[in-house]
Amino acid sequence: MAYPKSYRYTKEHEWIEVKGDLATIGITDHAQHELGDVVFVELPKPGAKIEAGKSFGTVESVKAVSEIYAPASGEVIEINGELQNKPETINNDPHGAAWLIKVRLTNAKGISDLMDAPAYEAYIAEKGKETSA
Amino acid sequence: MPVEYPSSGGLIVEHKAVRGSVGVFDVSHMGDIRIRSGKKPGGALAAVQHITMNDASKLAIGQAQYSAMLYPQGTFVDDLIVHRLGEDDYLLVINAGTREKDIYWVRENTKAFDCVVEELSDAYTQLAIQGPRAAEVVQKLTDADLSGVKNYWFTHGTVCALKNTLIARTGYTGEDGFEIYVPSDEPTSEKVWNQVMEAGRGFGIVPCGLGARNTLRLESKMALYGHEISDKINVWEAGLDRYCKLEKGNFIGRGALERAKAAGVTRTLVGLEMIDRGIARDEYSCCNEAGEKIGVVTSGSPSPTLGKNIALVYVPPAYSALGTILYVEIRGQKYKAQVVATPFYKRQKKAAAPRLA
Repeated sequence: MAYPKSYRYTKEHEWIEVKGDLATIGITDHAQHELGDVVFVELPKPGAKIEAGKSFGTVESVKAVSEIYAPASGEVIEINGELQNKPETINNDPHGAAWLIKVRLTNAKGISDLMDAPAYEAYIAEKGKETSA
Repeated sequence: MPVEYPSSGGLIVEHKAVRGSVGVFDVSHMGDIRIRSGKKPGGALAAVQHITMNDASKLAIGQAQYSAMLYPQGTFVDDLIVHRLGEDDYLLVINAGTREKDIYWVRENTKAFDCVVEELSDAYTQLAIQGPRAAEVVQKLTDADLSGVKNYWFTHGTVCALKNTLIARTGYTGEDGFEIYVPSDEPTSEKVWNQVMEAGRGFGIVPCGLGARNTLRLESKMALYGHEISDKINVWEAGLDRYCKLEKGNFIGRGALERAKAAGVTRTLVGLEMIDRGIARDEYSCCNEAGEKIGVVTSGSPSPTLGKNIALVYVPPAYSALGTILYVEIRGQKYKAQVVATPFYKRQKKAAAPRLA
């Protein structure tokens, strides 16, 4: 699956798309592959504050629990309620329909330090080599 | 064995294939120990009886039984399947993670008996073909008549042109199925694997990994070493009474089990079903309504068959009644669950053929 050029990516495999002071956050195709069948998603409530680098929710597959880390700081303005009934959307469309939360950024600083798509692709390719070595 | 096979479509697809049709597991990591009598007959049986808790004297040639090896404290060295291969010839199939400990234990504790202990773990590749259509798949690959092989019995036959192959109607999924033991060299293993896949093609066979193996055995409440059974848990607590035959005579652990029975158990294994939206996982704490910690989850997972989140947990007997409300602590919050009947899943027995008047 292609990694959208307009997104930025974290080492913990989240993506963020920024438009002005609004941002959409999700987990990457690589992350959903590693997790396997997603069966449960726990997200903060609208109004909650998230802080860059801190966990704001969890995604669970049959076999594992994975924390989701905020790529940036802000206030949650919307969550993807569809995921409660259809968590498998995360496996099917992680970069699109399975966005997790929308936030109003309190501080856009640091986002430009996140990886762009080619850098993230190189990062996961490198990680793949480590695990198969 | 990987956790799951991407080519299958993942853990849930693998799990459902086994419940609905057929799946194949490469369980070569399991260990195999053969015990034969020495110069005189009877030595092998006496040794097996001494180191295992079930009554191996009840086994006919061609029959197998679930059993366990115990420490003198009545806790578990490992669980295993004992097969009686011949008059004075037994095969113990043990877990992978406990293999070295087990073989040492068997050798140390059978020294006083007139028997020969041989480790065959590396000689065999073990494939488990499991599911309601497993018999049809395996039957395509062998000249042995499998219709006469009952659950927990085995036969020998030619499988994929390999003569004298052990074919056992055993498994770890709660479904009908077979485990076959073929020579472990790579070309042979690969050939058999490919032929199993080919024979199962029409049934939608998929290769299955450790993930599905765990969810399948959990739904069927089959114990996993290091989780439901361990060197800290005794037979009565684990609820494995019906595989433990005190009346057969002395065996390692018997004395302690008799004393433990008289004293009564302080904890017992129960099944939980989550009521609140949350998934209980291994080692999460379990609390009563007052918020006191009363137990620990030994295995917890979403159940692909039931579409519910299930768990096994040791609790004091006072909390074991069906319907008892308990709480599982998940990331600092308490989630409601209730004690339910186990196994969580039980396969439907085939309806008996209609009788002719």
